Amino acid sequence: MNIDDLNEVAEKVREANAARHHCLRICTAAGCQSSGALAVTESLRNAVGDNPQVQVKSVGCMGLCSAGPLVEVESQASQDKVLYQKVTPGDAPKIVKSLGKSPVKNLRCRADIPFFTRQQKIVLENSGIIDPEEIDDYIAADGYQALVTTLTEMQPADVLREVTASGLRGRGGGGYPTGLKWSTVAKMPAEQKFVICNADEGDPGAFMDRGVLESDPHRVLEGMAIAAYAVGASRGYIYIRAEYPLAIERLKTALRQAGKRRLLGLNICETRFSFDIEIRLGAGAFVCGEETALMASVQGLRGQPRPRPPYPAQEGLWGHPTLINNVETLANIPSIIRRGGEWFAGIGTENSKGTKIFALAGRIAHTGLIEVPMGIPLREIIETIGGGIPDGRRFKAVQTGGPSGGCIPESQVDVPVDYDTLRQAGSIMGSGGMIIMDETSSMVDVARYFMEFCMTESCGKCVPCRAGTYQMHGLLDKIARGRGTAADLALLEELCSVVQATSLCGLGQTAPNPVLSTLRYFRNEYEELLQPDQRDLASADAAAPWEKHA
Amino acid sequence: MSAKLVKPPPPTDDKRWKLVDVTMRRNGYYGHALIETLHSVQDAFGYLDEVAMQYVAQSLGLPLSRVYGVATFYHLFTLKPMGKHTCVVCTGTACYIKGAGQLLEAVRDRFGVRLGETTPDKQLSVLGARCLGACGLAPAAVLDGTVLGNQQPEQLVKRIEEVIGNEH
Repeated sequence: MNIDDLNEVAEKVREANAARHHCLRICTAAGCQSSGALAVTESLRNAVGDNPQVQVKSVGCMGLCSAGPLVEVESQASQDKVLYQKVTPGDAPKIVKSLGKSPVKNLRCRADIPFFTRQQKIVLENSGIIDPEEIDDYIAADGYQALVTTLTEMQPADVLREVTASGLRGRGGGGYPTGLKWSTVAKMPAEQKFVICNADEGDPGAFMDRGVLESDPHRVLEGMAIAAYAVGASRGYIYIRAEYPLAIERLKTALRQAGKRRLLGLNICETRFSFDIEIRLGAGAFVCGEETALMASVQGLRGQPRPRPPYPAQEGLWGHPTLINNVETLANIPSIIRRGGEWFAGIGTENSKGTKIFALAGRIAHTGLIEVPMGIPLREIIETIGGGIPDGRRFKAVQTGGPSGGCIPESQVDVPVDYDTLRQAGSIMGSGGMIIMDETSSMVDVARYFMEFCMTESCGKCVPCRAGTYQMHGLLDKIARGRGTAADLALLEELCSVVQATSLCGLGQTAPNPVLSTLRYFRNEYEELLQPDQRDLASADAAAPWEKHA
Repeated sequence: MSAKLVKPPPPTDDKRWKLVDVTMRRNGYYGHALIETLHSVQDAFGYLDEVAMQYVAQSLGLPLSRVYGVATFYHLFTLKPMGKHTCVVCTGTACYIKGAGQLLEAVRDRFGVRLGETTPDKQLSVLGARCLGACGLAPAAVLDGTVLGNQQPEQLVKRIEEVIGNEH
């Protein structure tokens, strides 16, 4: 494939699209599928029949999961787009009948609400528009242009320069500058190097990577191939959690199609560059999101981390230099190459460039996926885009960064969202999950929930994490049940700092974060639960003899 | 890690071993395909028993301890057979905030099984998932592979009763 072949394919698809009068797009990502999108697709196809003027297309995530299944109708003549929400199979004939006439009123979802208008899409630009199982659709949306340009017109050093200039930072949560990471791997004088795409999206409440992989898998493959060219790798692995069957299915389809079109494999674009990608499944271990544990798992071992250095960039898979990037990071690459690093650096804040995808969930009106420029105030995400808290309740806190992050209270939500300000507020950017909580949530309970998570997910290799999370969970449980004392709270705080300072990997080092951040902003909730005097407690509660020794 | 090992014959003449063999062959019988292989054993048989682990260990040229270590490290692998029907309740943060606990309580009260347990009549297993990624539909559960969003406790119990039918 060269650039002319690509343009030819793209032209064909565009001509075919232009010849049709209407296009019905149905979101068939996992969210809408669970709400019944497949049955809707089927009944829409039946209602349309063999009318060549109408295309029924299954597409990826449109973002607003809470209103699914979503159907978008685009008319070629008027360029009008109408969005329907909560569509049932029974609505299909009505929708098809309305084509070319006025839309079905009671199904309409307004597209001018801030949820849609305040977003800025780079990674998700094709989501909900192209068919994720059709490579030609991606090519028609300028897909693989960046890869072909890279291979035919750029040297690896040029690619590194663009990525460095873009200021892109790792989207998996670490925020490490991507250009720097790539340059380190590129500098290693090794014959064999690897690229790994980390799709082990383990944070509960996060589904950004799943959204990208289900909606636009080719974008990730393209990003990986460009990365491999830049650092000199010839093999790639996508490590994906087995809990995402649809994303795995669509990735496999994408890999097959890209191989057939010779955009992956031997001598891509008739150059000397060859690159192959294999999928590796996780098996439900949160710790495998940590890069050294992930590499162990790719090699078929127990996913236990090891000390760094050596970093994966120096000694990674089977001892070879390895580049590990998150799905969203890699998905940014094609746009950066196509439009230039400077364009990307023009979006966002001083130290955090570009856009970020967030997954909104919990007690919020609009749940789903959004992509917003870095630096947008947290309040705008929650109140304007997310539509605020339903049922007339009051906003209490937003949890970001999963079990490694923290809770940001109402008083702090005016901060702009970027890597540094969220850290100052006691949380982290993390991979992008945002769980919104209202006044009904107890913060001690939330801290206990996350500690229970870290305790069960601890791999058991190092003592501070293995024993520390267990003890901290015990203390939190005791406090949450109203049996804790001031001494327990003091011990909990001491353990937090010990586990943070002495654990081997990120899981243990960040496990105390939810406790620390809730203590910072909601200390009163802990204190209200404390028992005034522990001797009274011991004599009053004979059912818990272990407490007498405290 | 060698492809030259003599491959042992399948433990039984069950046709499902062919699926396992295909996975191992596609990965060149390399030891690093262990997790893939265990996935395909579990997909085919529902769980990993000692016979299966021994067969995989011999085929891939790995010590049985390695296979057992990996099988017990990862949460998705199970060494016990599951019930006829499985109900996975998502216990991710969003579902937790929106009442996954109540779902589990309702299931426990009705069927007498807690998280990770199977009913004595082997009809129903209740499992937990860290996060299904269906947070927009919290609280969510997966009943025999079908994702159910926005579940109320009574609603979920009713759906389970429906799939189990009158047997229970």
